[in-house]
Amino acid sequence: MDTAKIERIIDKHHCEASALIEILLDIQNELHWLPREALELVAGKLQVPVSRIQHTATFYKAFSLVPKGRHEIHICMGTACHVRGAPRVLEVVENLTGIQPGETDAEMKFSLDTVNCLGCCALGPVMEIDAQHLGKLAPAMAADLLKNYD
Amino acid sequence: MPLINSPAELEQHRREILAKRDPRKPSVSVCAGAGCLATGAEKVIAAFNAEIAKQGLNAEVTTKGTGCPGFCERGPVVVVGPEEICYLQVTPKDVPEIVAKTLKEKKVVERLLYVDAATKEKAVREADIPFYRNQERNIIGNNIKIDPKCIDDYLALGGYSALAKALFGMTPEQVVEEVKKSKLRGRGGGGFPTGVKWEAARSTPGETKYVIVNADEGDPGAFMDRAVLEGNPHSILEGLIIGAYAIGAHEGYVYVRQEYPLALKNVSLAIKQAGEHGFLGKNILGSGFDLTVKVHRGAGAFVCGEETALILSLEGRPGEPKPRPPYPAAKGLWGRPTNINNVETWANVPLIINKGADWFTGFGTEKSKGTKIFSLVGKIKNTGLVEVPMGVTLRDIVYKIGDGIPRGKKFKAVQTGGPAGGCIPEEHLDIAVDFDELIKVGAIMGSGGMIVMDEDTCMVDIARYFLNFLAQESCGKCSPCREGIKQMHRILTDITEGRGKDGDIELLEEIALATRSASLCGLGRSAPNPVLSTIRYFRDEYEAHIREKRCPSYSCKELVSYYIDPEACGACLLCMKRCTSDAISGGRNLIHVVDQVKCNRCGTCFDVCPAKFGAVIRLSGEPVPGAIPEELRVVVRKKAAQQETAKEAR
Repeated sequence: MDTAKIERIIDKHHCEASALIEILLDIQNELHWLPREALELVAGKLQVPVSRIQHTATFYKAFSLVPKGRHEIHICMGTACHVRGAPRVLEVVENLTGIQPGETDAEMKFSLDTVNCLGCCALGPVMEIDAQHLGKLAPAMAADLLKNYD
Repeated sequence: MPLINSPAELEQHRREILAKRDPRKPSVSVCAGAGCLATGAEKVIAAFNAEIAKQGLNAEVTTKGTGCPGFCERGPVVVVGPEEICYLQVTPKDVPEIVAKTLKEKKVVERLLYVDAATKEKAVREADIPFYRNQERNIIGNNIKIDPKCIDDYLALGGYSALAKALFGMTPEQVVEEVKKSKLRGRGGGGFPTGVKWEAARSTPGETKYVIVNADEGDPGAFMDRAVLEGNPHSILEGLIIGAYAIGAHEGYVYVRQEYPLALKNVSLAIKQAGEHGFLGKNILGSGFDLTVKVHRGAGAFVCGEETALILSLEGRPGEPKPRPPYPAAKGLWGRPTNINNVETWANVPLIINKGADWFTGFGTEKSKGTKIFSLVGKIKNTGLVEVPMGVTLRDIVYKIGDGIPRGKKFKAVQTGGPAGGCIPEEHLDIAVDFDELIKVGAIMGSGGMIVMDEDTCMVDIARYFLNFLAQESCGKCSPCREGIKQMHRILTDITEGRGKDGDIELLEEIALATRSASLCGLGRSAPNPVLSTIRYFRDEYEAHIREKRCPSYSCKELVSYYIDPEACGACLLCMKRCTSDAISGGRNLIHVVDQVKCNRCGTCFDVCPAKFGAVIRLSGEPVPGAIPEELRVVVRKKAAQQETAKEAR
């Protein structure tokens, strides 16, 4: 972990405790997860107990306390995608990757997460892999698409 | 950019922008909203830039990526000016033809126009397309004319003139009065009169006050606010500045969920540009009024759409709602008087100030004035954003604008209001959509999500879906919400998985009542709505699940089996190849058989079986016939069989 980089992020927000969420978001964007050491560093610099930082980091869904894989899969579980069959897509992806939402596989290849709406409902069901939208999915299509990643 | 110091300078600046622009000059506007970007709008814009350069039209044509006009179903949407020809589902391959034919020769590329499925008539301009024709687009209508990164586009349309009018022609009290007179009600879901809210924040004594834009659009399946944030961010800022002036606030926040990266980018840029032009900062337009605005990112919590939770989140803490009163108008951010309004509410303010409360009240019903943007999604032909005057019937939205249900399926219900809302069945399709009428039928307006469901959607599953969502999003602070939602979700899961029992419906109703009356904030108080509204209108579906272990929509997979009719199977291998769990056995001339143990009930076989066979059958609430014995699985092809008989005859 690059300590200097994280310190720079905290300094950018002037070490203000009120900026805690902004700081954690910046760290999350930089490292794709929040390692324990980073949280301790933030706690020290902001003079805030680690427990409060844990409270915030576990409360908000944007934060991950486990490392992410090489490819981040987001499956949209918004209502429009749900009625168009998103649960069936999710199940096939879970079976093929062997992981549940919120997890990363042992080879660090895929991380899987569900999101509550990507806002491209016309394309539902939608899956996003590495920020690329893949729309109008059927379970078998999703299975084929996963084969394109290594 | 030098600061604009007076309304006269603003008008002068606008004239200069217009003088530089020739309205007869050809232009290409491509929707660069998130929906069209997902279907490749970026490549279309790049293709236009390259092709226009290649054909030597650089100096003569302006190209821009704009905000979302709403017709997501047919994206990427391209509008060619000055004729305003509207092309749909444009791909980079179509671009050379558009440039050569439309831009150079002024001819229309017929194949990219909208074609009315019933009349076969083509629509050349946006306004001729039924999807748009039946709308009243006061707020999102300008999106296609504006490059959100370019403040001049907004100024050219008269942007910030309402701010000048408010600052120089009206006292803060008059602004509040005008908004009150307009009867504008909060577009975020509550429907509380905006002017009354402003008055409360204004009349609370205090030096420091805050104004906040609630852009934490958390309703799954709704993206109205995002379209305005991404497409016309200055309209929100202008409303916010006017509101701050009316209330007496000098600091503002835009709370945007981090899941909307493009909205964050465009809003941040808009704030910067507004500051450079003198619409934000010290001494705005030379009026002596000051306001600074900051962007704050939401970190993914639905409950933060609730105002007290949002305020805590702004302070850097977990968003756990607080009991009201005290309302934020009395004690909000950092304990100071605070006014929070939703994106769409703020965007209405400049229109009301510019055109007057009387103009605004010309739209809508007696108690709900103006227009409302809905995100029309789900089982509907025209997915997209729809802005209509309050009081339009649901039937008009679903059939006239949405063009009905795809694939000839039967309409079942519309769900409005997101996780706090309810499902409205066919018998109530003719109600006028406004805040009060929706409540009467057990739903709510909410922020404007409108999800259409057809015969394949199971209503018990929909209730379970929303309760699952709410169980995850409940902050857990008060027990009626935390435990009530969890227990209702557990019962609903049991019902959809075949473990329902008599008395479950009554128990659900009892827990719903307790959760509704005892929860701390709106999340818990409205959480029972999806359950109660589906029980109210679709009790028979609940009973079928509980008593017959049957899902009438073939949607709850624990209650559905897939079976291949041996008489109908054409042994075409399609389902076998596409099966995601290797559960189908068979061969080129062998009837296919589903292994019921291996089958994961994904339904792929049902989807892919060719219509001429229609061999895959869904069963629910009845036993699956046993597999056909192996020796009988050989398919005798008709043609081969005929040849065989012919041979024998010879």
